Amino acid sequence: MTDPTALTLAEARAALGDKSLSSVELTRAYLAAIDKAKGLNAYVAVTAERALQMAEVSDARRAKGEAGPLEGLPLGIKDLYATEGVHTQACSHILDKFAPAYESTVTSHLWRDGAVMLGKLNMDEFAMGSSNETSYYGPVASPWLPPNWTPERAKAALAGDKKGLLTPGGSSGGSASAVAARLCLAATASDTGGSIRQPAAFTGTVGVKPTYGRCSRWGMVAFASSLDQAGPIARDVRDAAILLRSMAGYDAKDSTCYDAPVPDYETAIGRSVKGLTIGIPREYRIDGMAGEIEALWRQGADWLKAAGAKVVDVSLPHTRHALPAYYIVAPAEASSNLARYDGVRYGLREDGDDIIGLYEKTRAKGFGPEVRRRLMIGTYVLSAGYYDAYYVRAQKIRTLIKRDFETVFAGGVDAILTPATPTAAFGIGEKGSADPVEMYLNDVFTVTVNMAGLPGLVAPAGQSPDGLPLGLQLIGRPFDEETLFALGAAIEQAAPKLKTPAPWWA
Amino acid sequence: MSVDQAAVRRIARLARIAVDEQEIAHLQDEINAILSFVEELSAVDVEGVEPMTSVIPMRLPMREDVVTDGEIAAKVLANAPLTEGGFFLVPKVVE
Amino acid sequence: MANLINGATGDWEVVIGLEVHAQVTSKAKLFSGASTGFGAPPNTHVSLVDAAMPGMLPVINAECVRQAVRTGLGLKAEINKRSSFDRKNYFYPDLPQGYQISQYKSPIVGEGEIQVDLTPEHAIRVGIERLHLEQDAGKSLHDQSPTMSFVDLNRSGVALMEIVSKPDMRSAEEAKAYVSKLRTILRYIGSCDGDMEKGNLRADVNVSVRKPGAPLGTRCEIKNVNSIRFIGQAIEVEARRQIGVIEDGGSIEQETRLYDAAKGETRAMRSKEEAHDYRYFPDPDLLPLEFDDAFIDALKAQLPELPDEKKARFIGDYGLSAYDAAILCAERETAAFFEQATRHGAGKRDAKAIANWIMGDLSAYANAHGVAVAEAGLSAGALASLVDLIGEGVISGKIAKDVLAMLLGDDKGADPRALVKARGLLQVNDASAIEAAVEAVIAANAGKAEQAKTKPGMLGWFVGQVMKATGGKANPQSVSDALKRKLDLP
Repeated sequence: MTDPTALTLAEARAALGDKSLSSVELTRAYLAAIDKAKGLNAYVAVTAERALQMAEVSDARRAKGEAGPLEGLPLGIKDLYATEGVHTQACSHILDKFAPAYESTVTSHLWRDGAVMLGKLNMDEFAMGSSNETSYYGPVASPWLPPNWTPERAKAALAGDKKGLLTPGGSSGGSASAVAARLCLAATASDTGGSIRQPAAFTGTVGVKPTYGRCSRWGMVAFASSLDQAGPIARDVRDAAILLRSMAGYDAKDSTCYDAPVPDYETAIGRSVKGLTIGIPREYRIDGMAGEIEALWRQGADWLKAAGAKVVDVSLPHTRHALPAYYIVAPAEASSNLARYDGVRYGLREDGDDIIGLYEKTRAKGFGPEVRRRLMIGTYVLSAGYYDAYYVRAQKIRTLIKRDFETVFAGGVDAILTPATPTAAFGIGEKGSADPVEMYLNDVFTVTVNMAGLPGLVAPAGQSPDGLPLGLQLIGRPFDEETLFALGAAIEQAAPKLKTPAPWWA
Repeated sequence: MSVDQAAVRRIARLARIAVDEQEIAHLQDEINAILSFVEELSAVDVEGVEPMTSVIPMRLPMREDVVTDGEIAAKVLANAPLTEGGFFLVPKVVE
Repeated sequence: MANLINGATGDWEVVIGLEVHAQVTSKAKLFSGASTGFGAPPNTHVSLVDAAMPGMLPVINAECVRQAVRTGLGLKAEINKRSSFDRKNYFYPDLPQGYQISQYKSPIVGEGEIQVDLTPEHAIRVGIERLHLEQDAGKSLHDQSPTMSFVDLNRSGVALMEIVSKPDMRSAEEAKAYVSKLRTILRYIGSCDGDMEKGNLRADVNVSVRKPGAPLGTRCEIKNVNSIRFIGQAIEVEARRQIGVIEDGGSIEQETRLYDAAKGETRAMRSKEEAHDYRYFPDPDLLPLEFDDAFIDALKAQLPELPDEKKARFIGDYGLSAYDAAILCAERETAAFFEQATRHGAGKRDAKAIANWIMGDLSAYANAHGVAVAEAGLSAGALASLVDLIGEGVISGKIAKDVLAMLLGDDKGADPRALVKARGLLQVNDASAIEAAVEAVIAANAGKAEQAKTKPGMLGWFVGQVMKATGGKANPQSVSDALKRKLDLP
């Protein structure tokens, strides 16, 4: 058999189903690939023994005729999901040696459905970042070669500080890189301002941020509670649909989790998009936008038209305020959510003369510069005298942003098509060192979706002139992920297939 | 709006993050860069608009008054850097 | 009628407001399923949520919500059908999340009031500003080691109701009476057991002083006072301190203080200046709390009769004085005991007599043994019988006291009528027997009998002698009458 890691999740599911492949074989193949890809730094913890054990148990279950929806399928898990007994640090130094005595709800669904855990995936520290460069464990390299680089040059760069190699995006950089480099069938990720969708766009993979409340947040290291949402990164739209179905679902332990049955998203793949109305929001056409991005956006609209959808211009007037408002709301919530990292009950402890000393030293040592920046901004915008001017105002603008979408949907639009990112992937070390805001601008197309709590899907749609992946984003009505999967599949059908990068890192 | 160095020290103290004197100026610049970025929001008309309380239409769910948890002292203390006799230990706090 | 304090520069008025923290009676905590039980080994009543593990989330306990609404109804207060939870952010080792979930902007209960009767003539109405739900913090022990504090999170996350009064009190007495009445209401409703020794009810006392008619002075907050007695002491001490400072030419700084009962003084807590910036914002892990009129009405329908209503009814139905009614209604179980005894066997007997027995001998016994009147070991039926026996003249009041002692002691559970018979305690009512006894005593004390004619007060001595001679069983009234006749007294 050809390399089993070449199979998509759906294909592997079929191969396991007809017993032409066993989970143990498949898992072994992935562990071998992961071992050869250490240089990419996509994984921060590989659970090889556990993976093989899980695979064996799965094969035994299958032999008895019991097989769950993800039976025997090896997956990668973003480091912010609590995985019982296994490294869970949200890639931060402050959670040093933390191995939870509990399992997150989302991952518990995966094991319930028979999946196999390959390991924990790298990410920006506490999910704060758009390039995976803030991780305590160092940056992740995208499997895509930088333009005009030879594989040898790239491989050599892996050994050093990885400067110049492409970032896979962030914060779910490890997840995106691992999926694109075939180091897992698919991965769980999370999205607060674009952390699933932007990396998917950068790596030519499919990423879905479901409606806020679709998945449980219990057991996910919290960044910004009103924005965080779990979601899949996968090789194609079908794989993403399969994985989301297992991840999603009501959880009474999360007061913000929505109680409604989870549809079988896979059935939306191939569903006709005839008669759907697609909105093109004029405010997403930003000044200085790269020509290829605009062209791809129009191309995407044309594809959907060809598939029978109606395309209309719409207006989302408060779009440009979403990013600044996000950079008030998210840090504010984070400043409170991260107060528990204080050296007392778990994680890093730096001794101090008194309790304040303990707190201050532990948190100074434990948090990286980006996290520290955001905690300070967050603390500031909630502080006395600034709360109304910043936080309350940002939350009011959030209401306006959501209202914009509601108006458009009420007008008969089924989904909105936008670019996913302002550019293709950039190089490690290229952005953000002088001005933190430069990095934030990566999320300009994605944050609106978190601010409004809507579902968003990114599918690869084309390439930049340098041959790097470019994606398109679809934004849907609340809890209408099915329409997004149908439309995403249509785009995927129409778009030229990207060739997956040959493993120059191995 | 921008912050001065005294404000930076105050914020750092509120956030319980030690900041070296040498870092203050740089941190001040970073924070001010972000504050400049968000400044444009002050011009938006938010008259009569309620701040967002919940992105999805849901009522706060309630649970019944049953003891379903606890008695897991070992798990609670498992990752603690310093414990004794079942207590977490911290440098002595003076009231 | 203000209670003014006399200072060097004239009279001062004390203005007092109280923030009472009442631990909600519930099995599990406000936002977690761990137990609220007292006295468990450290960190055993702690869930992952209480320990603030990464990724943990709060889920609200419906009973805590109901208890808050019931309490609001008991305070005749506005119930807010929509309220929300805010995070109060500060760092402290007994606050694992680094924030307390509380209600700042929109509390569950709004304005109400409590009627406080200090004496039947002196009643005040104390306004309630609001009541909100919040989490309690854990406990730190500072005396286990010279260098370290020991943190126990058992109490962390237990539901508290914070009940904020308006600054309507003007003396230590008024403040004490307010807390006492509030405690009674909470115990009636069953939303808090009011056990101040366990720390289930504690008060932050806000004190300021001013010259009568002047605007409000700067207040100081005395935190965590855990007995009614100390509340009174702390107010007196703090008021005098403030008056002293002002009369010396200084001014009062708004600060948080602690009451040191041993030293009889208040002292400022370590400066937490920055800590005052709590950066309140709505908790994004929770949605606004909403319920409808049906929810409130269902709770209203099940509320027990409250102290004020019960007291008014006791005065009206049983002819009790306001004073007696107030004492009986201070504890719901005692009031119930009174009513059961008065109405026992569908008869109505002398309510005042029942009341007196409860307030007198029975209370004395109960207090001495640290139990409630209703749990002293005497059933309501037995008390009713006792009072009936006196009313029927079968035993005297004096003998009844002895019978009570027996019923509370070796003869617990016995039927008073049977007991009286068995021990031969029947009162002697027979006129000829009494005559005979009286004559015998007079005859034995002829000299005194003579003196008695001019010193009527000696009647008492003679009554005593006849009672002694009859083993205490003679009907004292009949003895007295007979003696008066025989000694020729008016």
